[in-house]
Amino acid sequence: MAGTPLDLQLLNLCAALLLLLSFAMLAQRRIVTLVNLLAVQGVLLLVATLLLAWRTGQNHLYISAALTLGLKVILLPWLLHRLIRRLQVYWDTEPLLNISGTMLVGLLVVVFAFGLAQPISALASTATRSAIGIAVAVILLSFLTMITRRKATSQVVGFLSMENGLFFGAMSATYGMPMIVEFGVALDVLVAVLVLGIFFFQIREQFDSLDLHHLESLKENRPTSSRQPSEGGH
Amino acid sequence: MRPIEILTQVLELVAALAAAPLFLGWINQCRAWLQNRRAPSVWLPYRGIRKLFHKDAVIAESASALFRVAPYIVFAAMVVAAAIIPSMGTRLPITLAADAIALVGLLATARVFLSLAAMDIGTAFGTLGARREMMVGFLAEPALLMVIFVASLISATTALPAITENLATQTLGLYPSLAFTAIAFTMVLLAENARIPIDNPSTHLELTMIHEAMLLEYSARHLALMEWAAALKLFNYACIGFALFIPWGISTGEGGPAALLASIPLLALKLVAAGAGLAFIETISAKLRVFRAPEFLAAAFLFAVLGLLVHLLLGA
Repeated sequence: MAGTPLDLQLLNLCAALLLLLSFAMLAQRRIVTLVNLLAVQGVLLLVATLLLAWRTGQNHLYISAALTLGLKVILLPWLLHRLIRRLQVYWDTEPLLNISGTMLVGLLVVVFAFGLAQPISALASTATRSAIGIAVAVILLSFLTMITRRKATSQVVGFLSMENGLFFGAMSATYGMPMIVEFGVALDVLVAVLVLGIFFFQIREQFDSLDLHHLESLKENRPTSSRQPSEGGH
Repeated sequence: MRPIEILTQVLELVAALAAAPLFLGWINQCRAWLQNRRAPSVWLPYRGIRKLFHKDAVIAESASALFRVAPYIVFAAMVVAAAIIPSMGTRLPITLAADAIALVGLLATARVFLSLAAMDIGTAFGTLGARREMMVGFLAEPALLMVIFVASLISATTALPAITENLATQTLGLYPSLAFTAIAFTMVLLAENARIPIDNPSTHLELTMIHEAMLLEYSARHLALMEWAAALKLFNYACIGFALFIPWGISTGEGGPAALLASIPLLALKLVAAGAGLAFIETISAKLRVFRAPEFLAAAFLFAVLGLLVHLLLGA
């Protein structure tokens, strides 16, 4: 560590914080906080991208940083918050595993990811190659978040965080590739579409399992509204 | 063994014994200030201990010899621990006898005797406190060991003075692994010393107490020793934290008496800051239900292991 330049140290710090944030998301049961954590993840990604762009002088990374800021820090969290307000889902149901168990599985996943990334980091020639393992770990942890959740909204957050992990992995493995920008944009568009898809999916689910006018009529169907917390499971 | 080393050792021991109740008093005073209460004097723990030493001991009829011996063993364990931990200088004669893992074992010994003594009388509260203490202990110990392993990995030794020296002489930098383990260590410190998220040190409410429940049957000099030992334990933990995470200013033996003298006000400064910090943490957090304690300590373990993994991967 001694003699490592400060910007690389900051990049390493960002990587470590990303890993920590993935665990925080894994433990979080409140969907609103989950979305906020996703926004923080976006901010960290933004900082990492800017640092890397400044360090390597790759101008296209500034573009992807701008994209990160617009999409992952501002737009997507805003969309998700609106979705949560509309759907009135603030809490995820009890996850499939309890929190401590999920954490321990998460630790094993991280060990696996680090082992997996070791040969890849050995091949890469970038200054940030040691962060590839963390990127893989973030991807797998987000995957774990998706698996252990029941509500569609938290699954979307898990998916978006997985995309963040992919982005970070691409950045730390091959920051020289101009493809990344296109890749990121394409994936982000996909994500945006997915968010809307989930939105419609939720509406459809409401229509399927409940009365058609349930969302509009608040007073008449009181008894059915008590079923609402349990109907996100299927 | 040079005279300066012996002097350091003696000075450290005396400082630990004398300052431990003061540290506790300082935390209590900070807590009172933060909670808008009138603060008790910082000397209150001393007065309590002196008062207890002047009283006659009452011992339950069903008590065995273990009950009488336990306070001395617990106190002795804490004194030896204080001797091992480098708080002012790293050249300590006694530290050659025990490394960081032995230190954890020493703390565990104290805990075991405390719990056994609590169960010895056979009252419901003592047993309840002992069982909770053991639960907290068995969850906190792996986390503490993990914290020590991270520091050991960085400096390639388990000897506490060598770790401290190594960390103190390294160039300043961002160490995410040490930051994570520092968080883990703080959580372990709170849990092990019966501080607020796990236990409230100033309550005698039956359903929530852990540490106090174990001391209910003790009186007079035994109780005084137990309370002094508890203050020493907190002091020791704070010093372990300084040794691992803010080791700057500690005398490494080269500077001679001047460096040793300079390290004393620095230690005092660190203790003042740490006490205020602890009081702040205790004021902003609510006490957890006992059944949430495993989650809290699992999080501490997680932080420590993350620190380890981050160190292995990033080398930072």
